[in-house]
Amino acid sequence: MKTIKYLFALLAVSLVTVSCSDDDDGTPDPVNEEELITTLTATMSPDGGGTPVVFVSRDLDGDGPNDPVITVSGNLTAGTTYNGTIVVLNESEDPAENITLEVIEEDDEHQFFFVAGGNLDVTTAYSDMDGDGNPLGVQFSVTANTASTGTLTFILRHEPKKPNDGTPSDAGGETDISATFDVTVQ
Amino acid sequence: MRLPFILMVMLVSTYVYGQNCESILYGKIIDLHDGSPLSGATIIVAGPETAVLSDLDGSFVVKDLCDQTYNLQVSHPECSTKSFTVRISGNTTKTLRLEHHLEELNQITITGSTYTTKSETLFENRIDQQQIENNISNSLGDVLNSLSGVSSLNTGNTVVKPVINGLHSSRVKIINNGVIMQDQEWGAEHAPNIDLNTAGQITVIKGASALQYAGDAVGGVVISETPKIAITDTLFGKTILAGASNGRGGALTSTLTKSYANGWFGSIQGTIKRFGDFESPDYVLSNTGTFERALSARIGFNGITQGAEAYYSYFKNEIGILRASHLGGAEDQVAAIGSDRPLIIRDFTHDINEPKQDVNHHLARLSFFKKFENLGKISLQYDFQQNNRFEFDIRRGNDAEKPSVDLKLTSHNLALNLEGKMGEDVSFKTGSLFGYQENVANPNTGIRRLIPDYESYHVGLFGLAEYDLSEKILIEGGLRWDYTKLDVFKFYRTSFWESRNYDQLFPELVVEDFGDQILTNPQPDFSNFSGTLGALYRISNTYNLFVNFSLASRAPNPSELYSEGLHQSASRIELGDLSFDSEIAKKIAVTFQRKGDNWSFTLNPYVNFISDFLLIEPTGVQQTIRGNFQVWEYRQTQARLLGIDFDFESNLTDRLLFRHQFSLVKGQDETLDLPLINIPPANTVNEVIFKVPAFYDASFGLQSQYVFRQNEFPDTNFEVFIPTTQTTTEVDVSTPPDAYHLINLHSDFTFNLNSKSELRLGIDVNNLFNTTYRDYLNRLRYYADDLGRNISFNLKINY
Repeated sequence: MKTIKYLFALLAVSLVTVSCSDDDDGTPDPVNEEELITTLTATMSPDGGGTPVVFVSRDLDGDGPNDPVITVSGNLTAGTTYNGTIVVLNESEDPAENITLEVIEEDDEHQFFFVAGGNLDVTTAYSDMDGDGNPLGVQFSVTANTASTGTLTFILRHEPKKPNDGTPSDAGGETDISATFDVTVQ
Repeated sequence: MRLPFILMVMLVSTYVYGQNCESILYGKIIDLHDGSPLSGATIIVAGPETAVLSDLDGSFVVKDLCDQTYNLQVSHPECSTKSFTVRISGNTTKTLRLEHHLEELNQITITGSTYTTKSETLFENRIDQQQIENNISNSLGDVLNSLSGVSSLNTGNTVVKPVINGLHSSRVKIINNGVIMQDQEWGAEHAPNIDLNTAGQITVIKGASALQYAGDAVGGVVISETPKIAITDTLFGKTILAGASNGRGGALTSTLTKSYANGWFGSIQGTIKRFGDFESPDYVLSNTGTFERALSARIGFNGITQGAEAYYSYFKNEIGILRASHLGGAEDQVAAIGSDRPLIIRDFTHDINEPKQDVNHHLARLSFFKKFENLGKISLQYDFQQNNRFEFDIRRGNDAEKPSVDLKLTSHNLALNLEGKMGEDVSFKTGSLFGYQENVANPNTGIRRLIPDYESYHVGLFGLAEYDLSEKILIEGGLRWDYTKLDVFKFYRTSFWESRNYDQLFPELVVEDFGDQILTNPQPDFSNFSGTLGALYRISNTYNLFVNFSLASRAPNPSELYSEGLHQSASRIELGDLSFDSEIAKKIAVTFQRKGDNWSFTLNPYVNFISDFLLIEPTGVQQTIRGNFQVWEYRQTQARLLGIDFDFESNLTDRLLFRHQFSLVKGQDETLDLPLINIPPANTVNEVIFKVPAFYDASFGLQSQYVFRQNEFPDTNFEVFIPTTQTTTEVDVSTPPDAYHLINLHSDFTFNLNSKSELRLGIDVNNLFNTTYRDYLNRLRYYADDLGRNISFNLKINY
């Protein structure tokens, strides 16, 4: 019977060991998603003054189930050149974090691409350069040529091949942003 | 070894001395540990100097002894020589106990002794020490791959997960020196955190019948055991150096063992392995290097009736992940899959950059056993494990150096087991397990947790019994019960919580609302039964038939329950489900075996029916500001796996050996009547080995490895709109690659340096013809070809 006692003693020790290990110190903290991009705003002001046209793509739940909300403030006017600026934000933080600053800081590792699709008749050009003299695209221009409709896609690539031929397929890298807007030139 | 001694029994002449001495000693030599008879022991009677040998039953007879006290010296090739004093009075019967050296020290493991069968009625496949030593620069998965019915799920060529009869990850348990590895095994890109070189033998059980380890091994169990240590005064070691042309690296492993005749022993072992970028036939696979460091030590005492051991091992591995596989959304995937070559090819380097993994695993084990005469052997084992996993992605700004995944999994387990015999024919094992586990996801990664913080409590109870029905038939059965309770703190995106209707279904789980996300506290528990029943029929000396049924129940893992978001290394969104139940597998395996002198085979058909089988499959495309991502959701279904493994070996001449291996498995989702994803294709290995014992014990092998194309697969392709081309493109992620055929060469030579030291040299060529191929079970097959030719050497010194 001694052996049975021995058995129970071992069992008791084991239970104590197990029950002692719970050192729960409360609930975990939410993760601060510093790198998340939620919002792209492209503001295009007509050369010579006038009301700017603003494109916004906002995806507050990141890779959650909700699609990005796309807004286009108005149409482009044929024959007009617009000076554009892109602002990229992380609105999951309060106040919103301006990711554009990081893009500019690491300009040699980033590049925006502007792709017109459908029948849209516009011409885009880069207005800024990285430290090596290659295009960056935070500052850009759009010239609305003839009346037409189609899409304009803004793509931000991380670690693209630089220099490249100006197309995302040649540049490669990873897509950080891909936002498509329905655009009308009238 | 023992046969010559037995023959000598008949030849040894006994010398007769003295007069009027006609008593006879009927003796028996048995193993002090388990009472098994020891044949071939030499018994010398001091005085008359009579020498006899024990026969197959351990019995011996010494005739013509006088009625007086004699000193007997008993020696055995596997035991310490021992003296006995025997008083002869007429015809005397005496049992002498010897301590059998090769009785392993790891009596303490919950299995009972190591290197013995783990399941009597389910055929086991083994990897022996020499195969391990030939592969020191490879991983556990690579070595297991050489067994029929075992394949591997790879991420590149350095993350290699074993797949047993078509099942992997949480369905395959890995037992490292008696401890179930708790190393975040759920992930498809998480390789086992184990240094192959700590093992003296590896056993694969293709089923859940080894209930003493776990009840949830739906796929099977891989058991890695440390080498035996003899109970003698000795100091020995070995060092193995390996180098390889592909990856331009190598490995060095060394073991030093000291043991004493009084039972104390100590052993220390270390491995370092370093490779740079590997190469396919046509290009460098950029950022695929690896840097592994491992250290283990054990110290203990092995007595007759009790023993104790302390074991510690540390494993660290840094693994580069193919640079070209790090992608944004589906648009990048289209470009990467569409290209014949990886989109990023750089010059060869030994540096490992992002994306990469850095895993660290500590394992400590304390174990004791004590034998009680009428009860059996009681063993107690405590193990502690800590697995710290970092995954680094290519990131921006201040986060560039930060890991994207930083998980720390800490486990404590306590096992108490009893094994013994009831009568002559029944042996049993029974035991209990208490486990506590804690997972902490570091919130400072700046990326939402892939696996939530949780604590888990586990209790397991099992009983197994074996019954020798007759000389020819052995019956085995067992039952196990496992209870697991989780206490989880999980942040859900509010949008996901609501889209899944969880706000209606599980409102009570919400702890705190942060606006765009909510904190929940699910506390699911799972109570699972598992069992096994089998028989071994020894038809004759050469033929055996194994029949085994096993029932396994596996609780869903944290990834299946709580995934919710982008899995960067797979560039897809993965979604779990809170309401999953345990999956339950019923497997029937039959093995027909022939073990002959000239030819042998095993034929092993099996069928595995799994209800509530958890699988992940694509269900759609999610738009985000980063573009489109494919969404993969976990689902439960009725699955059926049907397969056959075949091994054949024949001595064509006494110099020439032929080996053949064939494995086939078919997986079917019975609910949808579709094939299961990621089922290994049929494959066959044929090998001839030519031995030249006269020339440094040389052997030369020529191996052909043919992997068929997987023709049964579900269509998981999806369409995505590409803004740059204004077209909708199909992304082909399901079509398997073509069949491939590789030729490998092997040679080895042994040089005797002196009486104690020998040197063995192995030279191998893998993929001799530099064949270009891709493998269906390599997750990076979309982006790059597999490995090209590799010339390697392996130098082993025993001392």
